[in-house]
Amino acid sequence: MKASIFITCICDGIYPRVGEAMVRVLEKQGVELDFPSGQTCCGQPALTSGYWDDAREIAKTLLDSFKDSSCVVTPAGSCLAAIKEFYPVLFEKDKYYYNLSKELIGKIHEFSEFLVKVLQATNVRERYPYRYPYRFPYRVTYHSSCHPRRFLGIDQHMYTLLKNVKDLDFVPLAHEDQCCGFGGTFSVKMPEISEAMVDAKVADILNTGADVVVGTDLSCLMNIDGRLRKQGSKVRVMHIAELLDEGMRM
Amino acid sequence: MSHRPTVHLRERSKRAVKDEQMRKAVEKAVDRLSGNRLKAEREMPNWDEWREQGKRIRKHTVNHLDYYLGQLAESVRNKGGHIYFAQTATEAQEIIIKICKEKNAKLIAKSKSMVTEEIHLNLALEKENMKVVETDLAEYILQLAGETPSHIIVPAIHKNRYQIAELFSKVAGQKIEPDTPSLTTFARKTLRKTFMAADVGITGCNFAIADTGAISLVTNEGNARMVTSLPKVLISVMGMERVLPTFEDLEVMLSLLPRHATGQKLTSYISVVNAPRSKDEGDGAEEFHLVIVDNGRSKLLADEEYRQALHCIRCGACFNVCPVYRQIGGHAYGSVYSGPIGAVITPFLQDDFDFWGELAYATTLCGACSAACAVKIPLHDLLINIRRTRVELGFTHPLEKMGFKMWRRIFKIPGRYKFAMKFGSFAQRPFMNDGYIQSGPPPLANWTNSRYFPAAADKTFREIWQEKNK
Repeated sequence: MKASIFITCICDGIYPRVGEAMVRVLEKQGVELDFPSGQTCCGQPALTSGYWDDAREIAKTLLDSFKDSSCVVTPAGSCLAAIKEFYPVLFEKDKYYYNLSKELIGKIHEFSEFLVKVLQATNVRERYPYRYPYRFPYRVTYHSSCHPRRFLGIDQHMYTLLKNVKDLDFVPLAHEDQCCGFGGTFSVKMPEISEAMVDAKVADILNTGADVVVGTDLSCLMNIDGRLRKQGSKVRVMHIAELLDEGMRM
Repeated sequence: MSHRPTVHLRERSKRAVKDEQMRKAVEKAVDRLSGNRLKAEREMPNWDEWREQGKRIRKHTVNHLDYYLGQLAESVRNKGGHIYFAQTATEAQEIIIKICKEKNAKLIAKSKSMVTEEIHLNLALEKENMKVVETDLAEYILQLAGETPSHIIVPAIHKNRYQIAELFSKVAGQKIEPDTPSLTTFARKTLRKTFMAADVGITGCNFAIADTGAISLVTNEGNARMVTSLPKVLISVMGMERVLPTFEDLEVMLSLLPRHATGQKLTSYISVVNAPRSKDEGDGAEEFHLVIVDNGRSKLLADEEYRQALHCIRCGACFNVCPVYRQIGGHAYGSVYSGPIGAVITPFLQDDFDFWGELAYATTLCGACSAACAVKIPLHDLLINIRRTRVELGFTHPLEKMGFKMWRRIFKIPGRYKFAMKFGSFAQRPFMNDGYIQSGPPPLANWTNSRYFPAAADKTFREIWQEKNK
């Protein structure tokens, strides 16, 4: 199976380790990956701030980059939601890019969704029973993120993946449907509300007694991680690709 | 605008998050209300179909609002009622004052109504030396406290029972215990007198039925029933979108409204008032006036996207699930209608996208509101629309505008993007500590005051990829 990586700017610049982990997990699954180099960003910051003319230009670069890909995989649910929700509206009057949008929406998948639905590799251990024992002997909780949950409806794939990890002790998170308070520019425009929200989230995480909080959306994870670090907490914040990658090496 | 806050949203929210007592009261209440709504959802088969049906009815009605308002006016007139259309808040005030003056009204009993809050009716009537008494328990509490509602369904959501007992004790001149029976007994005793003595009753209107001219009122206290049947003159005030074609449509709305608002199958009282009383009826108001208020709604109606906000049935579900509302409560919004729906409609009601358009930034766009909405209004999309409108009107900060222009120039060309990433990872070095920027310069300081910001990696993913796949 061939797939192109849409790395997203946040993963590219800040969390390349998540991209690397994703590559290792997928390559172990026999996926042949490529990286179209014309890609930059999905345009979400401009889209949600109301600067649609600016967003449109960036969206075009993305659509051009993945024009020839047959399948696309990305580590960030939020960026994917921006594409699915806004691109067709953004290009309402531009037939060429409208069609490219529809095409991309049909072939792009978030990482956990790609594993569970496209590859049906819910259990990496089973597929490589001897060479890659797949375990993660920690207590783990899950922040499901609003975009994967409400806009994409793919938040449940995480449970499928975690269930299949050996020795993993899963604890559900209270108020799991509550936003973590990131909200893109919201986090710097309304920092006091944002802080109150992430505080509520972090308190729930600490209440679980988990060693690790896992998620599929890097921006939310960045927000939660930033607050935990500021508080001096030892709880690790991981993207699911990192958890699986680490689990494969254990 | 005299009712406009003196400080901006950021400052208001800053103050709100410091009010621990309010935040605790709000958090407790919204968690209970949204929990109840979810329970109601589980108990009711075809929940989504009911919402879909509700949406269809509201959409149809709002799309044909001129027709149904015409029909409503005719039905009310045929029964001997009077109908008024008020284009602005001031016009609505004037109409109501005129009626009250003609009746020589001294005491007015009111049941809960958000639209009368919107037109600041109490103040206007008091200026004319009329005494207005709120008879909804929560509104009564707020009237005593000199405050405004912070939630459209649970107006005193920000207050706990100890604060309420303190207020009541002051009025009673003796200690009222802070438990629900003592508090409600006191309110009942006091308000009974008002119902009996009031010259005019004023109510809001959950839905008016176009083909019969009836007004429906949804309450849990029965006070609206008193207000509509005891005083000789009844005035009902409604936003111009609060109309439904028929009783069959009301059935759908009444299945949706209480369940979404409080998780109740039905509220304790649902009053359908056919005023004025006919010759063979023993009770009810002898005179009925229905005031239909526009006050900016026509501007919502004129836009196909924003029009959806008029579908709202005022259940408050979007308040109860909103994580921002949960932290700052309603008063920080500064508007009569707070929460997600308030953020959408206020710029229109106030005809001000500059000051009031700011409310569209009191959201992370998490979409909880849209998912909970009884009639499926895409609230988060409308909030983004308001941000777009603000950009188009030039109300956003010039630096922000410039920032996005620069961002577009850089991110459009992969070479420039790569250079910017590299530049960023160099520029951050003076601020870096242990892989994080722990204390950044403005505007990043807004982030780092409460959180560490992750440092950009030395090598981007694309660099690593290209090295690996040479």
